[in-house]
Amino acid sequence: MMQDNDHIKRQLVEASEESFLQGVKDCIPTLLGYLSIGFAAGVVGKTAGLSIAEITLMSLLVYAGSAQFIFAGMIAANSSAAAIILTIFFVNLRHLLLSAALSPYFRHLTSLKNILIGSLLTDETFGVAINHAANKKSISEKWMHGLNIAAYMNWIAANIAGAFLGQWITNPQKFGLDFALPAMFIGLLVLLMVSRAKIAVDIIVAVSAVVIVIGVTMVSSGSAGIIAAAIIASAIGMAVEKWK
Amino acid sequence: MEIRWSILFIIIGASIVTVIPRVLPLVILSRLQIPDWGLRWLNYVPIAVMAALVGQELFMQDGELSPLHNNIELLAALPTFLVAILTRSLLGTVVAGMITIMVLRFIF
Repeated sequence: MMQDNDHIKRQLVEASEESFLQGVKDCIPTLLGYLSIGFAAGVVGKTAGLSIAEITLMSLLVYAGSAQFIFAGMIAANSSAAAIILTIFFVNLRHLLLSAALSPYFRHLTSLKNILIGSLLTDETFGVAINHAANKKSISEKWMHGLNIAAYMNWIAANIAGAFLGQWITNPQKFGLDFALPAMFIGLLVLLMVSRAKIAVDIIVAVSAVVIVIGVTMVSSGSAGIIAAAIIASAIGMAVEKWK
Repeated sequence: MEIRWSILFIIIGASIVTVIPRVLPLVILSRLQIPDWGLRWLNYVPIAVMAALVGQELFMQDGELSPLHNNIELLAALPTFLVAILTRSLLGTVVAGMITIMVLRFIF
């Protein structure tokens, strides 16, 4: 009887770790980073001459920081619609790799459900999800929706706040807001590395990725740098693992 | 509160090209049996992408290598890494990073 109770308790704990609410909670650490960059995206959009309604619609539908900065910058520079869309396409191609890396954890879901999950995928939610997936075979759908929707709401709110308040914030750097994003990436990288037991190969991969991203960004573009670093550094990791 | 047609058109175009790379691999690859080498390669993608994002934030500025001397971001990254390793808390890391950069900018 005692054992039965323990068993049920354990199941309850496992279930609560996979709930929608837990997904929302696991999103909280990324909120500051999102807020600052979303706020900045709103400010930049306003400066570029976009209306608050346009900025809101953009954050709702495009939902990508890098894309929204490019959007605002190219609108301000009077670029053509085709050039803007094509540039945004290339900048966000890295999501192919993130989506591919998450795919083994969502085999249990239908295509429609995978579309819903994928359409709200970002660098940050990916980082949280892949950490959550460590030592697991699959990620719960409810948990992922909790994470995604919390991040999405926060992003939209931050964009709108930026669009409204942008004109009064003259120096966001003073509050260290601009460093929230790199700090969040550092945190996600470290958490990822400590959760897996192959620190030596991981460090080789990380250092290679940094070297490649610097080299390729200098001769090409920032987004090409990220994609090249992801493809080549991962291959290096695979090779080192085999050769050891 | 208005939305211009030209802007609406670009927003819709941009949303289509951002959603496709997010969705396609999840839908297709979760249906396929990925070969073993593919899984081992995918295993390193998260580390590589996150490290590349960190590298870009710390070492690059407008597509150029930022000067290594008086790179306050790089300096602030050291305690940020340390806090991440010691506390393993994402929120703690973000807050530590922001406080460090505020202090450094105040000093320099």
